[in-house]
Amino acid sequence: MPRLGYAQRWAAAAGRWGCRLFALLLLVPGPGGASEITFELPDNAKQCFYEDIAQGTKCTLEFQVITGGHYDVDCRLEDPDGKVLYKEMKKQYDSFTFTASKNGTYKFCFSNEFSTFTHKTVYFDFQVGEDPPLFPSENRVSALTQMESACVSIHEALKSVIDYQTHFRLREAQGRSRAEDLNTRVAYWSVGEALILLVVSIGQVFLLKSFFSDKRTTTTRVGS
Amino acid sequence: MAGVGLGPLRAMGRQALVLLALCATGARGLYFHIGETEKRCFIEEIPDETMVIGNYRTQMWDKQKEVFLPSTPGLGMHVEVKDPDGKVVLSRQYGSEGRFTFTSHTPGDHQICLHSNSTRMALFAGGKLRVHLDIQVGEHANNYPEIAAKDKLTELQLRARQLLDQVEQIQKEQDYQRYREERFRLTSESTNQRVLWWSIAQTVILILTGIWQMRHLKSFFEAKKLV
Repeated sequence: MPRLGYAQRWAAAAGRWGCRLFALLLLVPGPGGASEITFELPDNAKQCFYEDIAQGTKCTLEFQVITGGHYDVDCRLEDPDGKVLYKEMKKQYDSFTFTASKNGTYKFCFSNEFSTFTHKTVYFDFQVGEDPPLFPSENRVSALTQMESACVSIHEALKSVIDYQTHFRLREAQGRSRAEDLNTRVAYWSVGEALILLVVSIGQVFLLKSFFSDKRTTTTRVGS
Repeated sequence: MAGVGLGPLRAMGRQALVLLALCATGARGLYFHIGETEKRCFIEEIPDETMVIGNYRTQMWDKQKEVFLPSTPGLGMHVEVKDPDGKVVLSRQYGSEGRFTFTSHTPGDHQICLHSNSTRMALFAGGKLRVHLDIQVGEHANNYPEIAAKDKLTELQLRARQLLDQVEQIQKEQDYQRYREERFRLTSESTNQRVLWWSIAQTVILILTGIWQMRHLKSFFEAKKLV
């Protein structure tokens, strides 16, 4: 019986340990990050985004509809097995936090399939884990000095200021797009209504005249 | 026996390759699928003088093997960036993996569009592309370890630099906010004016057409000797 050669056995063992190491690496929640994207969702369309997340990572998905129709969209978040973690229909704004229960590809979709002709602009912010540390070797044994921890807390406070600014900007964009819509609608409506007014009043007069001009034989009482 | 011996080895080799591919495809990074000829656009609403860095990586779907190939030479993406006035700021073709950078000179909605140069690809693997995309704006675009190495900053100095960059971004955003609020106010005032003029004009038209109607009918009835 030909046995496996020494090299082959070594390769097999290396392969086994390599697999285990990679699996372990995937398990360790690495430095995460945030993806903030604004995109346009056409009518009757669905767009999905995917991200590979390690187990135990705390993630937050936040979305807001900026322009379009009634400013609502369907959103759905699924874990690697297809189980639906979050599903909401016709929502304008929402924020959902979850901890990844298993490794794999998480998928979230935005759907505008209920709308027939309005396309929507959707903003979402998907935060996975913590932000990457400032220094590659952040896992230090010594504690932070007072200055450094003050810097860290200022950094966190400024991050929340920037976050609030983003939310404010999105709401203001919504209000501004409504105001601009209103402006164009008022312009079109006023011109259109003036035209209709003229057409109707002139038409009335000629119609009335036509009642009296043809019927000479039948007498028509006018106001008696 | 040799066949039996090598079989599990091959299986393990494949497993390692899959795991390696999984790691290499980026444990972090959002991705989405687009058709080969499809164009996907993203909007970034940014203030003046803000740098935007985008990193992307493309993978092609192989129909026979039913996997996404780790890399495909010859696959390229065309990146086009338009500023709020519609002027093209950046329009370049990059490879299957690339990095684009631009700085805004006008505050507002910048549109970043990606589509593949797929005239060659139509013959091979059909239809689907996986695009990993990462767009960083403003302060997030800075690479702090690099800055620390280049300027030789201590840890405290680097943290102070980061805080300064963040505050600068906040200031820029506030300036942009003032500009937007002015636009909003102009739009509202224009609507107000338009409604006012329209209501006056409509009343005038109404009165004039009423007068014209009565005079016209009166002369008509007098001509018909009914009045």
